[in-house]
Amino acid sequence: MSLCGQRAVKKRVSGVASCMLFGFLLLVFQFADSPPASGLPIPSIKVNALPAFARKYGMPCSSCHEAWPKLSPFGQAFKDNGYQMGNDRDAPIFQQPAYWPVTFRMTTFWHRESQNRTQVDDPANPPLGQMEGKITTHGFDWSGLDFHTAGTLAKNYSFYVLPASDNTASFHFEAVWARVDNILGSSWLNIKLGKFELDNLLSEKRILTLTNVAGTYANYHFQPLVSPGNLAGPGAVGEGLYTFGLGDNQVGLEWMGHSKDDRTRVSAAVLSSKDGQPGPVTGRGYNGFFAASRAFQLGRLGLQRIGAFAYIGQAPTFFQFTQTITTPVGTDANGVAVSSTATNPVGGTGIGNKGFYRDGLIGMWYFNKLDVTTMFFHGWDSAFLGSNTPANQLLPTGARAPTWNGGLFETHYNLNPQLILINRYELIRMSRQVFATNPENFGNEDVLTFGLRYYPFISSRAGFAYHSEYAILRQRGASPINGLNLTTSSLLLGFDFAF
Amino acid sequence: MSLMKITKSRILGIVILATFVFPLAASAQQGESHIGKYTGHVGTGRQLYFRYCWGCHGFRGDGNGENGPYLNILPRNFVAATYKCRSTPTGTLPTDQDLVDSLVRGLNNSNMPSWITLTDQNRADLVAFIKTFSPRWKTDKPGDIINVPAEPALTVDSIKHGKELFTKLECWKCHGAEGRGDGPSASTLTDSNDQPIRPYNFAAGSRFKCGTSNHDLYKIFMTGLDGTPMPSFADVIKPEDAWDLVHYLRTLQVTHKSPELALWMSTKEGAEIVNAQRITGTPTGSGIKQ
Repeated sequence: MSLCGQRAVKKRVSGVASCMLFGFLLLVFQFADSPPASGLPIPSIKVNALPAFARKYGMPCSSCHEAWPKLSPFGQAFKDNGYQMGNDRDAPIFQQPAYWPVTFRMTTFWHRESQNRTQVDDPANPPLGQMEGKITTHGFDWSGLDFHTAGTLAKNYSFYVLPASDNTASFHFEAVWARVDNILGSSWLNIKLGKFELDNLLSEKRILTLTNVAGTYANYHFQPLVSPGNLAGPGAVGEGLYTFGLGDNQVGLEWMGHSKDDRTRVSAAVLSSKDGQPGPVTGRGYNGFFAASRAFQLGRLGLQRIGAFAYIGQAPTFFQFTQTITTPVGTDANGVAVSSTATNPVGGTGIGNKGFYRDGLIGMWYFNKLDVTTMFFHGWDSAFLGSNTPANQLLPTGARAPTWNGGLFETHYNLNPQLILINRYELIRMSRQVFATNPENFGNEDVLTFGLRYYPFISSRAGFAYHSEYAILRQRGASPINGLNLTTSSLLLGFDFAF
Repeated sequence: MSLMKITKSRILGIVILATFVFPLAASAQQGESHIGKYTGHVGTGRQLYFRYCWGCHGFRGDGNGENGPYLNILPRNFVAATYKCRSTPTGTLPTDQDLVDSLVRGLNNSNMPSWITLTDQNRADLVAFIKTFSPRWKTDKPGDIINVPAEPALTVDSIKHGKELFTKLECWKCHGAEGRGDGPSASTLTDSNDQPIRPYNFAAGSRFKCGTSNHDLYKIFMTGLDGTPMPSFADVIKPEDAWDLVHYLRTLQVTHKSPELALWMSTKEGAEIVNAQRITGTPTGSGIKQ
């Protein structure tokens, strides 16, 4: 501590940041008391910040990002305008022919992951005995890779393609869309088609935290657990067909409109009900997402923004058709051909749709360098979805439509464009369990996160951040065997970079 | 333990001073800006400048930001305090409102975007800080705002007279006979940074460097665009002639609907000229209409 104090006295803001980083490092070695293990969970980092735009327009990251990847109002307007500044130099024809709007982003880090009650084999009762055990593991690692390519194809024609990989370089398309902007010269008429992030005020793709626990918003991905001892929640393999996350990119068509100063924003989207997956995965249902927000100036405090959103969806509960496939696998000892058969559902034939919805209110409050984001969240699933019951079967006795409420309270202290302190608390409370026999607080979640990002330089070419973060999640009654509280924590220290 | 407490309290004190007191003291020593009901403060403006502006305009406000060399219209040099868009006579400093207007509007066909998303207070703060770069703001006052008389009624005669003035004042030498920015002198023009500069192409759109309205256009050639070859015509033409010129220049925007163009097209002479000037082809996606 004394070393820390001396540093803070002698140096400027960067010294303070280094000191805090140093503190986190001390914390690391304090926590790093458990044996390393294989199979570390890897943070799934899918966030957006594009130095390609900075290079195109010659502006520093801090113009469009309060702290990248979080957008500033100016950056939000740039995005809403179809990645255009609107000074008649946005079209590719005005760029150097060699300019290619590509950015990659990756994170290298040390992390520590811990869970207090994980299902493991019981060595005292092999081979099928199971028990709960605490697993703590740590080590150095790297994230997946994001290749962002985005920009304008012509004036008022924009695009975004994001091939993203996990840390084994297995790629998928995280986002693929094209947009026609300012149709008929109106900023209220913009049409986007493809796979994209929902136009929500609180963007998960621009989240400032990276750990397994806090790399996504818990509220955006919460689905109620069925009952203790039956913890494979909706969407798990062999359970229901329904999986959904409000933070997941979805596939569909979006209309978005905004005022010239971007203070009023509205959007509506029609989406395929498949949670952003490619091809005919489950059914043929369509969902809708609606969002609106309004910003207003509050004296010298700056711009405040409030918004609301609603996602109304339906999901199939069983497949209309299955298909049995026989695959030769070789010959047996007698030379007789051996084959395996598997019965699979036929993609896109999911029927028996049942409804669900999510809605909420968001406020972004700015007090000069301190900003606070608040969110109220509400969710409802049909009893069929909540209990993983096909619609052509009777509901289990006592099954009800689960409902829940959530909240988010996130603060940022943006000391300067180079340093941001992050704190977030999320809570989710079940207001109605699927089964009345479940404990009232079954599945409730609390997530607490602290973080710091320090950007040693701000340029218009590339980005780099020292990232430190600790997050802890508690899920009530969610341990896999005994139904006790499940606690998961994650600590991450790393270098987050983009070029 | 007590030593640690002292160290902690010192750190806390320094952080508080650095965060709250020093900026306040600094802003009290420097100037302010006044735009409507908003008073801009240097301290906040400095923070905003070093978040948004320094990449192009540079740490010293001299236009030598790290991206300056890559821009083909160099960023404004705040140290020289020469501004294109003003409501004041040529050679004088602009008003605070002029600077805010440029922030709101952006400068078309340059890398300067619109900062309409900032708050009014933010823009006032930025203006206050920008003015600290040049000693001119301490010694000089902004010029008097030029008088813009009420726009006279639009007539065909007004347009025709404006057309004559366009020739007489030799606007065509730079802007070209059809206003496409391709006059015989166009390729030789340079700005105050000795950088090549192209005259405005009226056929390309409807926005001017310093505004979009007839009122803005009037101001442009009565104040001139300081730092560019575009001079002030305040001493050359009378206000009523200037309005005639405005009406004619609008007809050169052949792809932009305006009352002037509609009236001009209603005459045989005007229709022939405009139709000859309109060129259609495959769109390039640039947004520039031909």
